[in-house]
Amino acid sequence: MAEHPKAREWEEKVLKKSLHRFPERKEKFTHHGGEEVPRVACPESIDAPYVEKLGFPGQYPFTRGVQPTMYRGRFWTMRQYAGFSNAAESNKRYRYLLEHGTTGLSVAFDLPTQIGYDSDDPMSVGEVGKVGVAIDSLADMEVLFDRIPLDTVSTSMTINASASVLLAMYVAVAEKQGVPGEKIQGTIQNDILKEYVARGTYIFPPRPSLRIITDIFQWCSKHTPAFNTISISGYHIREAGSTAVQEVAFTLANGIAYVQAALDAGMELDSFARRLSFFFNASSDLLEEVAKFRAARRLWARIMKERFSAAKPSSMMLRFHTQTAGNTLTAQQIDNNVVRVTLQALAAVLGGTQSLHTNSRDEALALPTEDSVRTALRTQQVIAYESGVGDSVDPLAGSYFIEQLTDGIEAQASELIDTIDRAGGVVAAIEDGFVQRQIENSAYDYQQEIERGERVVVGVNQFQTDEKVRPPLLRIDPEVERAQVQRLKALRESRDNGQVQAALAKLGEAARSEANLMPAILEAVRSYATLGEICRVMRDAFGEFRDAG
Amino acid sequence: MAGRSRKYRVLIGKPGLDGHDRGAKILARALRDAGFEAVYTGIRRTADEIAAAAVQEDVSAVGLSSLSGAHLRLFPAVVEALKQRGAGDIPVLGGGVIPDEDLAALKQAGIVEVYTPGTPLAQVVEAFENACDRHQKGRSGK
Amino acid sequence: MNREDLLQGLKGRDPRAIARAISLVEDGDPLADAILGSLDESRIEQALVLGMTGPPGAGKSTLTDQIIAGYRARSQRIGVIAIDPSSAISGGAFLGDRIRMMRHALDSDVIVRSMATRGRLGGLCAAAGAAVRILASSGCSPVIIETVGVGQSEMDIIRLADVTTLVLAPGLGDDIQAMKAGLLEVADILVVNKADCVGAETLAMDMEAVARESRDKGGSTEVCMTVASEGRGIAELMQTVEALEKQYRQGGEHARRRQHAYDLEVLDWALELLRPELLEKIAKSGSNRTGDPRLKAAGILRQI
Repeated sequence: MAEHPKAREWEEKVLKKSLHRFPERKEKFTHHGGEEVPRVACPESIDAPYVEKLGFPGQYPFTRGVQPTMYRGRFWTMRQYAGFSNAAESNKRYRYLLEHGTTGLSVAFDLPTQIGYDSDDPMSVGEVGKVGVAIDSLADMEVLFDRIPLDTVSTSMTINASASVLLAMYVAVAEKQGVPGEKIQGTIQNDILKEYVARGTYIFPPRPSLRIITDIFQWCSKHTPAFNTISISGYHIREAGSTAVQEVAFTLANGIAYVQAALDAGMELDSFARRLSFFFNASSDLLEEVAKFRAARRLWARIMKERFSAAKPSSMMLRFHTQTAGNTLTAQQIDNNVVRVTLQALAAVLGGTQSLHTNSRDEALALPTEDSVRTALRTQQVIAYESGVGDSVDPLAGSYFIEQLTDGIEAQASELIDTIDRAGGVVAAIEDGFVQRQIENSAYDYQQEIERGERVVVGVNQFQTDEKVRPPLLRIDPEVERAQVQRLKALRESRDNGQVQAALAKLGEAARSEANLMPAILEAVRSYATLGEICRVMRDAFGEFRDAG
Repeated sequence: MAGRSRKYRVLIGKPGLDGHDRGAKILARALRDAGFEAVYTGIRRTADEIAAAAVQEDVSAVGLSSLSGAHLRLFPAVVEALKQRGAGDIPVLGGGVIPDEDLAALKQAGIVEVYTPGTPLAQVVEAFENACDRHQKGRSGK
Repeated sequence: MNREDLLQGLKGRDPRAIARAISLVEDGDPLADAILGSLDESRIEQALVLGMTGPPGAGKSTLTDQIIAGYRARSQRIGVIAIDPSSAISGGAFLGDRIRMMRHALDSDVIVRSMATRGRLGGLCAAAGAAVRILASSGCSPVIIETVGVGQSEMDIIRLADVTTLVLAPGLGDDIQAMKAGLLEVADILVVNKADCVGAETLAMDMEAVARESRDKGGSTEVCMTVASEGRGIAELMQTVEALEKQYRQGGEHARRRQHAYDLEVLDWALELLRPELLEKIAKSGSNRTGDPRLKAAGILRQI
């Protein structure tokens, strides 16, 4: 470490404390032959621009990472998104993943669950159990987490419009396991704004949706303080075809809207800011992606400090989950996807991600099989345990290329955020279709480059082979839908329907008042009211949003 | 488009709950750039809504996209809904994350072509061209 | 669908026949004469033709969607012709207006038809006018023509309407400046949509000033405030539309506008119908480039 007052200050104040609390994985990190790997490589002479732009890991502006020792302390969380068919099947897959070294669960729900329809709703036809697990009531949630200790396992749930209900179910299951709210850990995605522009699982219009989100923030800050209440997601924006710059800009613009909504609801900035987390895409342009993660971290820190006057460093940290880019997977020569995923995962790790999902090679064809999920997890393990890239913090820092790219992405994203501000903020920009048009144009331009052969996709527009053998694919038996509908019917007959109606009526009142919705939702969930019934009450109170194209 | 006296009108629909519309929108724009008039329905439509729109817009082909694995239920439902509305002559094409082994069932149900990720847009556009040609010929033959 | 089926279907309000008829007329099919000759003139006279224009992002389609809902609550049958520009390069078009109206998709008394401008010099008025007449004849009233207010052909289309609303929203400053000259003049109602957003009041004040100016010159321009996404202000807008329609019908303005629209359509059709013969004559006149093009054109016209 170079001699500089700032460097010494960092060592004394930040690093020592961190090492004391979180010892590193090894006493000494070495190359084969014994040469030591530096903890944080720095320039020979540290000057003011360095401190201002890069600084030290775990310190503002967090360009080099949010923790002082990063993966020398602990690897990122290897979190594989999974869930399909019914609760019992998914529960089996989770326990399989935990046995194979995954360190956090990530629950995929089917579309009816995400959009607040019961499995027997006419809108659910054909979709039950397809892209994730079908959850109709607390009874399903109990099965989903059967024999999974919720006091030690952290669970990420990809759920947005109906997040309040699924969170309530999770809390209720924990209660039944004897785990108090203070002990549960995990994340709900809860990022509705990107649903309007990229992913499509919205239910209510933007304004009531923002109210529900701030209700969740408030309730969780009291009852589940270790739970991340939102995962502000650029992943799907990128999947929809945006550029790296747009991914950063639109995600942080959404983040600004959530912070503002919480402040407007009377919350104290530093009471919720550290529970905000982010979710980005790792696509194939390796170095651009590394720079993107670093730029996003720095830009968010500046936004929180300068725009919102955050006081605590923890409020300025952009902590993020990463998933490799689903849209880069090809249906042709699927083994190539393993290589793509490796490069993308490497970008995420070099960019300092806190957790990572690696896609499986067969996902352009169907949901992944158990074998391909294992290979995806092994990919992360090879990067972690064999590549050595986690032994030094932010190892690409100082590369002319990386630093210029980082500055460029930050500047362009910042400019785009200014444009959105001038248009009246991100909600107005979404209602206008500005954000959607920007993404669509980028997506179309990219596709045209592929069509013209200017952009090579190996195995697709060059280096094709004639493939005769088709890989084995995971199929969701149509029987799943029928059985789930049966299960739901049985539940409706066996529960105390008087109690359900009373709870739903209370929820309706809460929705029409200013009261926090969470207690009423929790009560409805405990009475075994279904997800569809609960969301119906809220649909009636808040109205529904329709595709704006 | 040269050599074609009439504009082909087509409809791109997204049945079911899947919100991933990148492919559908790219295809609609590619069709526009190939001289088609492409009507887009937006996401989360029922089979019957798509059929009703196809009738009102008097299209010569309907393209469906689903990435959620619900194609075996939803695509045939659109074919059926078109028949119910007296528009069984309008050809239906499909695309999305669709395993090979489902192709036969979809063809059986009346889906004329099915495309998976990675298919060149030009090939899909040509399939629409052919489907519209056949549809127009069938009309003038009556 | 043969000629008899088509004409029978039109009489019986069969959605497929109505849709076919619009296409056949738009494509200049020989059946067009029979179709247009079979229409119910009295229904066409009684129907309200409502023009909706405004820049992209102002919320036209959402407003149209709410107006549809408003008229459907009174059991009126409604037609919408949503016009989008064709690509100048390919001639194709992306027609996305109906996305925001899809909740009416299963209502057989709401007929939404997307139409591309097809880069016609004229012709658009003829095609859109014919579509209006086909929908009105099938019992639709109002028939709404929705179009982005840019370009001469779109301006002409608006002249087909009995009452025209210009939809504006705060935050679209530059576009509005560009449009002021043209569309503000033809608009009967200036709608300030997204009236709950920042800047709406300023915009409303500007529009009030425009309306006053118009009234000083004997016009009857009104200003309405709406929040289309929440259905606010729709009832008032509909009342304003109807009051104006009544006033125009009683004061003779309605007849004057219909006559003007009629003349425009006749001119448009005349040019459309003449086009094939002209093309043939030009082709026949050989590939020499002697004589001024204008003189040559005059010569060809003398032969017709």
